[in-house]
Amino acid sequence: MTTRREFLALAATSLALSEAARAQLDPNLAANRKAAFQEALRRIVGDTQVRRGRVKLQLPPLIDNGNSVPLSVAVESAMTEADHVRAIHVLTEKNPLPDVASVRLGPRAGRATLSTRVRLADTQSVTAIAQMSDGSFWSDSAEVVVTLSACLEEGLI
Amino acid sequence: MARAIVNVPARAKRGEIVEVKTLAQHPMETGFRRTQTGELIPRDIIRRFTCTYNGTEVYRVDLHPAMSANPLIAFSTIATETGTIAFQWAGDNGYSVTETASIRVE
Repeated sequence: MTTRREFLALAATSLALSEAARAQLDPNLAANRKAAFQEALRRIVGDTQVRRGRVKLQLPPLIDNGNSVPLSVAVESAMTEADHVRAIHVLTEKNPLPDVASVRLGPRAGRATLSTRVRLADTQSVTAIAQMSDGSFWSDSAEVVVTLSACLEEGLI
Repeated sequence: MARAIVNVPARAKRGEIVEVKTLAQHPMETGFRRTQTGELIPRDIIRRFTCTYNGTEVYRVDLHPAMSANPLIAFSTIATETGTIAFQWAGDNGYSVTETASIRVE
């Protein structure tokens, strides 16, 4: 059992630590996250233009716990040898790392879908990008309000 | 110890699109969390999930720390022939789990 004295000592150290952590925080965090997102996007699509449509990203609009958010992506495609979805990428705007998952698939998948559960660090917009066999990119975004963030340390920010 | 669960229909018609659900047991430690004393907990995640149907790769996922613990991956595939569908999860610290399911195509 923790005595009162131990508890106070621990509380004092953790307070001091969080102060130290705050002092080290990057003041340009929001800008950096945005740049990381753009960078990840460029790495996936290159200079190709991304068009809206054909992709359907489903996420609950409001989520209590950001540690496990159900996410599903479905892409409209015939999924034949000549016309299929080659890849599906999921990106977030405000997570510490923008990438969530990258799927490689082909006509053998039958339908271009992905259902999974993800972590969201903040209220933000999530983007799904599909790469077709003809090289074109299509995307869809969804806004999610998160009340309890995944990775609480990041939630201090 | 069941470290992964897969759900594949036991039989299907030829050419039918079947749903495949997989669940692996893994904490998916992000590498961003700290202990009470402020040390970073090192990243430990599953990096790649691969599904092969009679030896042919049909679905592959690269996972990042933003995937939830015990990652669920559900997708679909075409039942082309009777055989086995194999699943493999590979990750940090030598994590490697394989699981197979057999499917009968009529």
